[in-house]
Amino acid sequence: MKIAVTAQNPGWTELLMTRFGRAACFVVVDGETKEWQAVENQQNRQATQGAGIQAARTIIEQGAEVLISGNVGPKAFRVLQAGAVRMFRTDPASQKTVADAVADWEQGKLEEIQAATVEGHSI
Amino acid sequence: MKIAFASGKGGTGKTTVAVNVAYILQQCGADVQLIDCDVEEPNAHLFLPHRIERTIPATVKRPVAAEDHCTGCGVCADYCEFNAITVFKNTVIIFPELCHGCGVCAWFCPERIITETDRPIGVIEGAMAKGIRFLQGRLNIGEVMAPPMIRQVKEQAQAAAVTLIDCPPGNSCPLIEAVRGVDLVILVSEPTPFGLYDLSLTVASLKELGLPAGVVVNRCNIGNDELYLFCHQENIPILAEIPHDRRIAESYSRGGLISEDLPEYRGLFASLWKNVLALIAGKGGQRPTDRGGTAA
Repeated sequence: MKIAVTAQNPGWTELLMTRFGRAACFVVVDGETKEWQAVENQQNRQATQGAGIQAARTIIEQGAEVLISGNVGPKAFRVLQAGAVRMFRTDPASQKTVADAVADWEQGKLEEIQAATVEGHSI
Repeated sequence: MKIAFASGKGGTGKTTVAVNVAYILQQCGADVQLIDCDVEEPNAHLFLPHRIERTIPATVKRPVAAEDHCTGCGVCADYCEFNAITVFKNTVIIFPELCHGCGVCAWFCPERIITETDRPIGVIEGAMAKGIRFLQGRLNIGEVMAPPMIRQVKEQAQAAAVTLIDCPPGNSCPLIEAVRGVDLVILVSEPTPFGLYDLSLTVASLKELGLPAGVVVNRCNIGNDELYLFCHQENIPILAEIPHDRRIAESYSRGGLISEDLPEYRGLFASLWKNVLALIAGKGGQRPTDRGGTAA
């Protein structure tokens, strides 16, 4: 199973980013082999609106079934839900690395996101 | 002749000046049309008793996808500038509130499964009010697409000797759409740091558009001289100065017209209009006064 984590920089030991749509990048890791690869999100960061929508599409296209982030807005939530991606959140104040976040998820320590955690930003 | 009333900052008196100029011109026997393009919160109607005579729906295009025939190629989502459509695994999700109705998704869909329907976003209302041909746009609550609404309101305008356009505040797309095609922009401002800052942004926008402008200083006896200095430096004529007068506020709060309730102000609006005509004729209005005496 693939797990996507929003990160500040492309790397396994980099800090998690708590924004979803305009995250710097996504680190997508294979849950079994722990092999990871980073997916840039540069284009979405500069989107005038709907960044979360396209970020969600990226996550689905990467084949991830789990997303770990901080906050997910209403439009991204709708797309991720439609794509059967389960969403989990870390405490924005906790300053976790990607590796920590994945370990926390494996141990069932992360809260599952059942509804958008923030209001939409675009308009 | 088409004249717009803009300001940058909200609440400086755009509508007050627009309705009073309309009234004065109508009193002089001119064929006047007033269009309220502040479609998110039109308020000129509050000062002009009227009965709506025609109502026209305003719409934007909304894409609809026949999902069963979608191959999931994602061309629509890749081309959408506004991220209003997304596709994955043959699932199409459309966000109408983000859609600008440009039609690029329908145009480029290789399977031709996207069609467009009209989505209502508001109404355009027309009436006669105090002898003025009045038109306004009202965007539905929750809608954010002011520019297409403003465009459609302006399309309903009739030929008139003078068309006055009350613009929305701010300097973004709605203002640009409202001032498109006018001969002159009357900038209603107040001599405060906030008023000046927002005015300077509007002046910069109008320069880009190549539109001439003049300034009406509202509540001219408050604040400081910076606004006058700015107008002097930018070579923007002052068309009129309206004093901070309690009676004006009282008339306004009752939905009255200053030029009707306080006849002594009629001359002010008449001379404002004279300055507008002079400016359009290329003779310039009244030059900025020397009140900003602190200039180096």
